[in-house]
Amino acid sequence: MTTPNRHEHRAPALDLAGLIADRSTRIIVCCGSGGVGKTTTSAALALAAAEAGRTVVVLTIDPARRLAQSLGLVELDNEPRQVEVPGASGRLDAMMLDMKRTFDDVVTAHSTPDRAEQIMANPFYQALSSSFAGTQEYMAMEKLGQLRASDRWDLVIVDTPPSRSALDFLDAPNRMSRFLDGTMIRLLTAPARAGGRAGVRLVGAGFMIFSRIISKILGGQLLSDISSFVAALDTMFGGFRERATATYELLRRPGTSFVVVAAPEPDALREASYFVDRLSTEGMPLVGLVLNRTHPPATMGLSATRAEAAAEAIAEAGGTGSKLTAGALRVHAERMVLAAREQRLADRFTSAHPEVAVRTVPAAAGDVHDLDGLRTMAAALLGDEADTPTGTPRSRVLPART
Amino acid sequence: MSPEPFSVRCHVVTGKGGTGKTTVAASLALALAADGRHVLLIETEGRQGIAQLFDTPPLPYEERRVAVTRGGGEVKALAIDVEAAFLEYLDMFYNLKRAGRALRKMGAVDFATAIAPGLRDVLLTGKVKEAVTRRRDGRHVYDAVVVDAPPTGRITRFLNVTGEVAGLARSGPIRTQSDGVMAVLRSPQTAVHLVTLLEDMPVQETADAIADLTAAGLPVGSVVVNMAAGPLLPAASLSRTAAGRLTGADLVPALDAAGLPTSPELADALAAEAVEHAQRWVAQDALRGVVERLGRPTVELPQAIGPIDVGCLFELADRLEDHLRSAAAA
Repeated sequence: MTTPNRHEHRAPALDLAGLIADRSTRIIVCCGSGGVGKTTTSAALALAAAEAGRTVVVLTIDPARRLAQSLGLVELDNEPRQVEVPGASGRLDAMMLDMKRTFDDVVTAHSTPDRAEQIMANPFYQALSSSFAGTQEYMAMEKLGQLRASDRWDLVIVDTPPSRSALDFLDAPNRMSRFLDGTMIRLLTAPARAGGRAGVRLVGAGFMIFSRIISKILGGQLLSDISSFVAALDTMFGGFRERATATYELLRRPGTSFVVVAAPEPDALREASYFVDRLSTEGMPLVGLVLNRTHPPATMGLSATRAEAAAEAIAEAGGTGSKLTAGALRVHAERMVLAAREQRLADRFTSAHPEVAVRTVPAAAGDVHDLDGLRTMAAALLGDEADTPTGTPRSRVLPART
Repeated sequence: MSPEPFSVRCHVVTGKGGTGKTTVAASLALALAADGRHVLLIETEGRQGIAQLFDTPPLPYEERRVAVTRGGGEVKALAIDVEAAFLEYLDMFYNLKRAGRALRKMGAVDFATAIAPGLRDVLLTGKVKEAVTRRRDGRHVYDAVVVDAPPTGRITRFLNVTGEVAGLARSGPIRTQSDGVMAVLRSPQTAVHLVTLLEDMPVQETADAIADLTAAGLPVGSVVVNMAAGPLLPAASLSRTAAGRLTGADLVPALDAAGLPTSPELADALAAEAVEHAQRWVAQDALRGVVERLGRPTVELPQAIGPIDVGCLFELADRLEDHLRSAAAA
């Protein structure tokens, strides 16, 4: 049991309507751990932005099939497609990331046709562009950079890959470039570059053993594939690191805003917490936390205990409609308990991050898979802080204790 | 001394992220360990989720007892550390324990597993196979091994190790190793169980994974529907309520009869919550049909109220034990 806290922190209200209306907002990144509704949040924000007159493109990573269809994302051509939004004063385009294609495009854009063909035929490149851990994150950033650089849109909203940890989005590209530019790969591939002797003298016998084992386990062919791939990259654009750094810098530029999405569950909020800390270390602007899929009760007029007792009394008394009414009271009791738990988790987040603005978004009864569903969600995301049926502010699941 | 009631000894548990596969894997391990049996629960993703569930300190790379079950059974847990498994492997095939330490310092192990993601999976599944087939005095050390495996999106690649290393190694120790692993994973002593929720995406991913696993010749076990909530409203009125045909006025007489000081607003709010509850339930129930059509033995686990603790795990284990018996009998 928690005791009421006299010094309870109140989370500031999150003004997403203002963020979208602000013409200087050019990029919104929706991040959070997997399964919290990042894709739907991004799509709902994009729809709202188009309806508010912005020319917006939303980059989704892994949308649910029906949502993708409703956005017209049936073809995987890695290009934005216009979504018909009847009555919108702006314009909405949507696209789904195809990481292999994005990688291929980077290669094509930076080399001669001959060389590009050579790289794409390289088995190591094929593995890297389709299955390497971090490629999806890296390519999401790459695509974001391309969309931002094009003047076709005044707002880019990006969903982040469904990794377990929200931090992967920020870490993976650098990890990958460090790896490709790293000492180890240069040493291992040294024979192909400089005749090999120099590298060996530098690192000594331990490395020789390792190198021998690696070629034994993985096969000499893989090493030579990697070696020719890295050599080709070097001539292409001076290495991966520069490229990744440039994309990363984009996220720090003015006009970029981060929205962290979490479900009211301990794991998701813990991830959100890590992410918030990280953003502040990196000097990246966080707008706030969207607490998605909450269960606020429709009335505060009846506590869980009283509803439960009434359900019991009614069920005992019997009569017409008693079962249904008792059931409805139990639904309410359960909901009050659930909401209290969600509010407690939200409070815990806020006491650790009192400066972070919060917006709660009630769970829909079913999956969101059409424009109407997105509109309902957008209304919950953008609606006025105090304008709710129960009067509970939208930054909370339950009213604050007085 | 106990006979082996279940022919499956290697249980691989997967599911979309957020469906609670670690919880299910842990409960399954408890279920299998009942009546004096010995079970190993293996974590493959380095998240220390098992330690959190059993409320123990982070697991080292060694088999530690995390629970005792009825009849003197026990569950041991192992969190596989890929780096340590790699060094173990080098030692086994190349007698390189000391050089291994130097390699670790150089970050060489990270490197090797990074350039060949398949290598990582071979090491993990290799450890699983070793535990499944380990014998002492002619008897299996573990009656069953439960693997908290990677999510559905990755599971077929993870288990289909021969396919993964085919491009890497056509012969040699790693090839021999992966062939041995594959023989165990494809045998009838293995079952891949899929955890889902009654939501669109997880059910879809479950269907996709079943198709992929089947195509790869990997044995599919049960579908576990996790966090399934029962309806709180009478069955007869669910569809009517879900259609929105319930108003506060319908509830007022019974509320009044119970002497509750009701306002129309309160009655309307209760009706609105009941409608939403019914809609959610109807949507979930529709997915139940989809899950049934997957044609696998299916078990539903209830949603726990509040956070999961060891007591919850034992409750879920009871359900799973019943399911295993009925699935084995069928």
